[in-house]
Amino acid sequence: MISSRLFHLWCLFSALLLLSVVGLLLGFIVVKGYPAMGVTLYFGQTAPLDGLLGLAPIWDGIWPACVGTLSVVSLALLLALFPGIGCGIWLAQSAPSRCRELLTLAVDILAGFPSILMGLFGFTLILLLRQYLLPNANTSLLLSATCLALLILPYLAVTTRTALLALPPSLMITAQALGMSRSQTLGYVLLPQAIRGISGGIMLAFGRAAEDTAVIMLTGAVANAGLPGGLFERYEALPFTIFYYSAQYQSEDELQLAFGAALTLLFITAGLFSLASALLHRTTGNTL
Amino acid sequence: MIADKRPPLNRGNVTGSDRLAALLPWLAGGVFGTIVAVFLLLGYFALPVLFDGNITLFSPIWRPEQGQYGIMAMVMASVMLAILASLIALPLAVGICGLCLFPQYRRIAALLRALMRLMAGVPTVVYGIAAVFLLVPWLRDTLHYGSGFCLLAAILMVVILILPVMIMLLDSHCRVLMQQLYPTASALGMTSSQIILHLILPSSRPVLAASTLLGLSRAIGDTLLPLMLAGNAPQLSANLLDSMRTLTAHIALVLATDSHSAEYNSLFAAGLLLLSVSTVTTILIRTITTRSGARSPQS
Repeated sequence: MISSRLFHLWCLFSALLLLSVVGLLLGFIVVKGYPAMGVTLYFGQTAPLDGLLGLAPIWDGIWPACVGTLSVVSLALLLALFPGIGCGIWLAQSAPSRCRELLTLAVDILAGFPSILMGLFGFTLILLLRQYLLPNANTSLLLSATCLALLILPYLAVTTRTALLALPPSLMITAQALGMSRSQTLGYVLLPQAIRGISGGIMLAFGRAAEDTAVIMLTGAVANAGLPGGLFERYEALPFTIFYYSAQYQSEDELQLAFGAALTLLFITAGLFSLASALLHRTTGNTL
Repeated sequence: MIADKRPPLNRGNVTGSDRLAALLPWLAGGVFGTIVAVFLLLGYFALPVLFDGNITLFSPIWRPEQGQYGIMAMVMASVMLAILASLIALPLAVGICGLCLFPQYRRIAALLRALMRLMAGVPTVVYGIAAVFLLVPWLRDTLHYGSGFCLLAAILMVVILILPVMIMLLDSHCRVLMQQLYPTASALGMTSSQIILHLILPSSRPVLAASTLLGLSRAIGDTLLPLMLAGNAPQLSANLLDSMRTLTAHIALVLATDSHSAEYNSLFAAGLLLLSVSTVTTILIRTITTRSGARSPQS
């Protein structure tokens, strides 16, 4: 009797503790970041229009970092989208076999990888290239995107597979009975039905790639690069900007910049994740 | 609901122009090949280091300028961080998951679940910067020991980082159990807290183990929090208030500073260690969850 009372109290206490701690941390970011919000945070002293069009360099704003993050994440998605979703479809559709077991295991293992290992993988890739093919290979936007693509592959595969498996089997049987080929069944029946779950997975992958710092830190993100110059150039990214200025700030202004960037990134990823979980929740009843 | 676009007349049958479906095995094979390639590449660089007879690697002394590349101090810091963080997080996760099961707290449970989803979307670097300016000064002022950048700071923040995943895994399992057992148990006169404590939790032991492992592997793999908060001094210490360096932070630090190739060897060893730990925990979690018939955790 007494133990269950204590347990009840412990439940209330732990929930209260978590709510207050998380509230404190996020509230702190909002309170510190909110005053920094404004045109100067993004464009510094440059006229916004010139900055947007890339006519004038931006020295003390986080716009280049936003563009850098957007481009590296988009590129990563572009690289991972077809293999990830295709892999998910195959896992959901193929007959049970040794191959499928193996691939499911591999995807699970990849999903559990620490992201720093992806960064290290990118770095060893450069070492390998330097040794054998391109003596002047270096870290760049493309390398970061490749490593991020590896990081988000499992998310795409798992969410696609779950969304397809959640569909009633009668759909597939009916379509086949009507004489549709496998491709037609997929293209006209199954994928349109599972589109919510799949798009939820894409959002999740997008958010996950946008927040990751360990990978880009090792594969080409720098603190001062301006707007992304090309696939083989180094670039700026929001998470790295936050990390860099939180440790190396020279003035109160730079600290403000870091908090402003933190609030921006928090908004982006929290928005993406909420949207993703709403989409996934409705299709499969699964949380993330 | 079939899309408006009517499929073209099916020339031939399933074996006909089935390009999309024929592409799938290739995509799946490509993904598998990529995953194997990641393993091979890291192994290719790391294995020679281990069989090199390089004695200094397993010493606790990291003095690259004197040719001593021991990573044992980092291994210890990583192990301490992961074990302590998951041990602290487990009772909290059980408490919060328990609260979500009480019928009378339905509204609070919905709020908590939403908070979990929000927390899963908070970037680690944002937690990091908040902790640098909130937790670290507070530790420094209350403990009067060192600069406040210590392993304890990293542990406390990692607990917050791993809680959502652990709670989501526990919750998805316990909710189903509660729905099954609640009517019978409450008809027998058990209170909600008795049902959760004496029925639900004991029968979800495998899931508790799996969620602890999941927390452990997330904790050992996180880079940013230890890097920003733990102080990064490569020393062996049992005092949580000392500055320490984890394996992940070590990889990030060595690569961030332009160092020479002798130091890279220690990185590959560190990477291989992390790789093995995360692979083994993933396989263990899968084994536990499939054996207990629970839903396997989604990444």
